[in-house]
Amino acid sequence: MDKAIGIDVGSTTVKLVVINEQKIIINKHIENTKPRIKEQVKKLIEKVKSDLKEENIPIISTGYGRKLVEDAKENLTEITCHAKGIYNALGFGGTLVDIGGQDSKVIVIDKKGRVLDFTMNDKCSAGTGRFLEHTAGKMEISVEEIGKIALNAKKELKISSTCTVFAESEIISLLAYGEEIDAILKGLHRSLVTRIVGMINSVAFTPPIMLSGGVAKNEAIKKMLEEETGYKIFLPKYPQLMGAYGAAIIAFEKYIKNSRGI
Amino acid sequence: MNVLKFIRYYLMTNLIGKPYLKRQRKIGERKIEKITGENSPLNPPLKITAYTKEFVSSHYFKGRYIEGVKPVAWVTSGAPIEILKALGFFLIYPENHAALCGARRVQMDLIKTAQKQGLSQNVCSYVRTDIGSLLSGKTPAGKLPKPDLLVACSNICQTVLHWYRMLQEYLNIPLVIIDTPFVYRDIEPHQVDYVKKQLKNVLLPIAERAAGKSLKEKDLKEVIKFSKDATELWLEILNLCAKRPSPLTVFDQFVFMAPIVEMRGDRETVDFYNTMYKEVKFRVNSGIGAIKKEKRRLLWDNLPIWFKMRELALKLAEKGINIPISTYTYAWGELAPLMDLNKDEFEVMARVYLSPILNRGAGHKLKTMADMVKRFNLDGVILHSDRSCKPYSMGQMDQRNKLIEEFSIPAMLLEADQNDENAYSEEQTVIRIESFFEMLGVSNG
Repeated sequence: MDKAIGIDVGSTTVKLVVINEQKIIINKHIENTKPRIKEQVKKLIEKVKSDLKEENIPIISTGYGRKLVEDAKENLTEITCHAKGIYNALGFGGTLVDIGGQDSKVIVIDKKGRVLDFTMNDKCSAGTGRFLEHTAGKMEISVEEIGKIALNAKKELKISSTCTVFAESEIISLLAYGEEIDAILKGLHRSLVTRIVGMINSVAFTPPIMLSGGVAKNEAIKKMLEEETGYKIFLPKYPQLMGAYGAAIIAFEKYIKNSRGI
Repeated sequence: MNVLKFIRYYLMTNLIGKPYLKRQRKIGERKIEKITGENSPLNPPLKITAYTKEFVSSHYFKGRYIEGVKPVAWVTSGAPIEILKALGFFLIYPENHAALCGARRVQMDLIKTAQKQGLSQNVCSYVRTDIGSLLSGKTPAGKLPKPDLLVACSNICQTVLHWYRMLQEYLNIPLVIIDTPFVYRDIEPHQVDYVKKQLKNVLLPIAERAAGKSLKEKDLKEVIKFSKDATELWLEILNLCAKRPSPLTVFDQFVFMAPIVEMRGDRETVDFYNTMYKEVKFRVNSGIGAIKKEKRRLLWDNLPIWFKMRELALKLAEKGINIPISTYTYAWGELAPLMDLNKDEFEVMARVYLSPILNRGAGHKLKTMADMVKRFNLDGVILHSDRSCKPYSMGQMDQRNKLIEEFSIPAMLLEADQNDENAYSEEQTVIRIESFFEMLGVSNG
């Protein structure tokens, strides 16, 4: 059976998916990005190929490290791949909010799955997964737990600084004043969501809103985004894999479908 | 005029400068042949390219020895220079000088010097570059002549008012500020009157005193004629870029625009653009584009990123993308029709210098861009959100949204800076540009 591989080399994690002819994910890998990306990716691809016992599977790479994937037939930006991935996963267009480790993006996708408009935060880490991860780390709470804690908080504190480093000092002073951790965490989430809403407002917004990226697993983010925008948020089954999934679909369409003249 | 200084000027520019720059041009011509080989996505540049460098360099070379020979004025790019030219002033444009520093990539050192002196990093990077150059005496031009007069016009931004006051403080010479009120819709008669009065009653007497002579109407008429002719030719050259494939890229235009800015009003500049026009026209007739495979065409809004010109030019050309026009390069041509030689010169100048794109509303720029997209057959717009140039960047968010929503034109904001490399991040810029290309259906092989 024909297959295709998409690999998303992000700043925090490397994601790889294998899809079959029905565009269904039959194999997936997520691992932390290591300093020697080239070797890491090479090994991962070899392993997947040997598990599948197939050599000639077309690969498309995306993500910050997309140009380091030597086995890829071509590389594409995350904007194109995420749009393709989410469109196929959910079956409709709209505005995709992708919150990754190092950057966030808002992509407007039309009814046919084409990118109409996009924006990215590229000046600072505010509004990214790293912002939450870093500040949560300061309070010795794992990134998996912070969403739940924030959701259950009764009180919410305002974190004025959107800079990760300065937010950290702000948190330390709040803790020193005896403020509760859950209230601080809720404020942190609000700060991130406000930044994202600012990005949504700066594109040619089309409802519904879809959410992807590692941070989509955080329930508080989803709930707060719904509160702030007034729209229901749609999530795919594997939010973290949308870039890799999109890359795999493009690889399939371009190198298998086209070559067979379908 | 100091006779000894004149002799030195004459000897240095004619006996040393001319042959030296000519030799540099020959070397430049050979270099160009080498860099645009078979593998380059760009076609060979215009023949006039190497001469452009010689032409502009000769201006700066003359500047090294001009003190005591001619009166010198430092002016803003939108200053009404025809009066000064007619009085025999030699002109230096600090903005162009800063751009030159950026293009040669020597600006960061100068910026550091200015910041050390207390200038905030939020101040325009042209200002920081030039103040750094003034304080350190370092310039790729060799030496800039000390001015006798400073002339700043508010038609490009408010920063120049503070910048030139600072220069005045350092240099202790007269400063004339021409205030051009903002044009929201159409130019009002009282606005023309107000600017005209400033030109006649303020700039003229002060400039005459600094030059030590009175203005002759015949000279002013002649300078305006040269300005008009060169501006018209520049406009016609840019209009030729509407052809497919475009004979020039915007990056070429950023280089070729130097004379229309800093040597406007000279006979030689008219000759320069005449020669250039013929060559560009020949290219159009022969179907030779600036890039080898022109698949998509974009519009550029705002100043260039001077220190990244070559990289961006190649990156775009490799993907078959050309930028045949920009609001910035066009700004130096679009006012040509206003230069009516049959009207009162001061009235004409008042109108012209009230009209630059930066002295008009954001809606005017939006309309200009939407018209350009049609006329130049463009597939999208890159709006350089230039951290340094606030008046140019203000309104871009709305302009971008309106281009997308009302005109169905793909548009992207690209955050960078004209001269400050610290306000530019390579990886993020590349991702934005590549994503935009993919959106337009151009992917990476």
